[in-house]
Amino acid sequence: MALLQISEPGLSAAPHQHRLAVGIDLGTTNSLVASVISGTASVLRDEAGRSLLPSVVHYLADGQVETGHIALAQQTGDALNTIASAKRLMGRGLSDVVDQHQIPYRLIDSPGMVSIATTAGPKSPVEIGAEILKTLRLRAEAALGGELTGAVITVPAYFDDAQRQATKDAARLAGLTVLRLLNEPTAAAIAYGLDNAAEGIYAVYDLGGGTFDISILKLSRGIFEVLSTNGDSALGGDDFDRAIAGWVMAQLALPPLDAHDMQHLLTQARAAKEALSVEPVARIQVGLSHGGTIDTLLNRDTFETITAELVARTLKPTRKALRDAKLNIDAVKGVVLVGGSTRMLHVRRAVADFFRQTPLSDVDPDQVVALGAAMQANVLAGNRGNDDWLLLDINPLSLGIETMGGLVEKIIPRNATIPIAQAQEFTTFKDGQTAMSFHVLQGERELVSDCRSLARFELRGIPAMVAGAARIRVTLQVDADGLLSVSAREQSTGIETSVIVKPSYGLSDTHVAQMLQDAYGKADSDMQVRMLREAQVDARRLLDATDAAIHQDGDALLTPVERQLLSHAMYALAEVLETGGADSLKALKQASETLNQATQNFAARRMDASIQQALTGHKLTELG
Amino acid sequence: MSVTLTERAAQRISSFIEKRGKGVGLRLAVKTSGCSGLAYAIEFADESAPDDLLFESHGVTVLIDPKSHVFLAGTELDFVREGLNEGFKFNNPNVKDQCGCGESFKV
Repeated sequence: MALLQISEPGLSAAPHQHRLAVGIDLGTTNSLVASVISGTASVLRDEAGRSLLPSVVHYLADGQVETGHIALAQQTGDALNTIASAKRLMGRGLSDVVDQHQIPYRLIDSPGMVSIATTAGPKSPVEIGAEILKTLRLRAEAALGGELTGAVITVPAYFDDAQRQATKDAARLAGLTVLRLLNEPTAAAIAYGLDNAAEGIYAVYDLGGGTFDISILKLSRGIFEVLSTNGDSALGGDDFDRAIAGWVMAQLALPPLDAHDMQHLLTQARAAKEALSVEPVARIQVGLSHGGTIDTLLNRDTFETITAELVARTLKPTRKALRDAKLNIDAVKGVVLVGGSTRMLHVRRAVADFFRQTPLSDVDPDQVVALGAAMQANVLAGNRGNDDWLLLDINPLSLGIETMGGLVEKIIPRNATIPIAQAQEFTTFKDGQTAMSFHVLQGERELVSDCRSLARFELRGIPAMVAGAARIRVTLQVDADGLLSVSAREQSTGIETSVIVKPSYGLSDTHVAQMLQDAYGKADSDMQVRMLREAQVDARRLLDATDAAIHQDGDALLTPVERQLLSHAMYALAEVLETGGADSLKALKQASETLNQATQNFAARRMDASIQQALTGHKLTELG
Repeated sequence: MSVTLTERAAQRISSFIEKRGKGVGLRLAVKTSGCSGLAYAIEFADESAPDDLLFESHGVTVLIDPKSHVFLAGTELDFVREGLNEGFKFNNPNVKDQCGCGESFKV
């Protein structure tokens, strides 16, 4: 007997058609899965009642794979085959990995992404992430009693397109349909219902096990925009554990411990750290392998003193993020705490002092990202009414295609809400042209050289036609995750080619702001250049067309004098085209006009001749 | 005949409604669909319709439209846990036959 959940009014599903959707927080240290059940977002637990799944995968020689707590237990015993923190390598090439010596695995450079050598063969971060996601998927299916419709997976706001694509690939490999990727700070803000709150600036302070991230978000019209991010990828709760362990060793003047004892001490240090968020004093007891014992008390004041420097280290990136967003502390309307380490009282106090307000902390900081993702997944799966919010993103910079003359034809404008698809028709420039090369660009300026190049591709096999006769439809589509796909299709034959462009993110917000600034400042001169380039393109087209016509009909339809006149006009135009500088627009237009005039009689005669030719051999009645 | 909630079910429903922040009670209905002909629907109720039959059970108002009530009279709604999955279950004395999964039934 299936168990039923309460639906929103009018939205109860037909039998066997439950739209089960989950939110997944795929973390560096731990991962979680959550879902909205009977209207309430809650984290789904495993058989043992645990909500956190350590993001650790253990590969065995026989091809078996262990994940989570079981894998974590192997970390000391089989370190080379127990992969933790694979998220740091997601979508990264070997050359991108800066702190290679700190990674205890054997890294292999594979095309596109680094891999890790394990006893079960090379494993890419995508495959490792997929194992974690698969475990979470199975947990969710057991808890929700059915197959999942889809999932929203969170990623750090600073992830670039390659990292986002890798995360999506991992999800697909794990058998999940990705409804969309969601920025972690945005998910946290959603969990607090800030998307329904007053518009304004919000800060998300995320101190996890091994990483620190600060994000500044701007909410306007229900849309969160990430204004800036900063952080420290090597600062987290683990550093606090190590600080306690160091203090214990110094206090008791202990000789260096072996790896096993050290691991024990760190575990106890962690327990003490957690206890000190509730109790004023914690006891640290460790039985050492050679017989001795550690037994000492740590009070809250001492703990806060020995870790004050770590807390202070989070404030520098925070200050920088605000500066990057060009904001004062007073502009921040609310602060959200994310990550288990924000339970520490002195961390909370530091954040409160810094932002001069009490941070939001009533949602479990370990769960808040997954809960927000679950709420978003619930909406995207269609379990909420139409009047409810649907989180939208915007396209930060215009997207377009290069046209003749080095100009950019914008197809998707800046600030368009995504997902979006826009198409425009282009045509051939030369007679008999059978291929077309496309250059996809991003930016607000008029010239290709001032915009950011995203991709190039070619459409081949266009049937030979006169210039301007072919119709090539170019479609630009930005999906909900900001990934851009571009396709070009020749309308008469249906031949098509397409490209998926990865780096539509890749730009920092400051970079975007700079590009916009340039565009505004140079709008006038850009327009001048655009007009000149257009005139040049027109002139070339006119020269080509005249040349072709003379070649074809010049002998039959032109007197030698006329022919000479035409040649003069063509020469004059070519001269301006070749030698004219940036201010030759007027001269160019004049020369084009002169040539146009000169060809008028010729064009009329050609028209007559072709009609005559068409009529020859036909009776008048046939033409009815 | 009335429709009742077990105490456990009523507690869950109250807490769900409280977390949701609005709602006058729980609406139970029977729809004509599903592999065995009829299917249960269970939804939050934001308002009651004039024809609704109202039942009070452990402090929770249950709303049922008269057409559905024909199939639901005497039903007890329970909240149960099966492995990792937990949810609501209908103990409906009118049911003669149901599909394997129990999501739809015949009377």
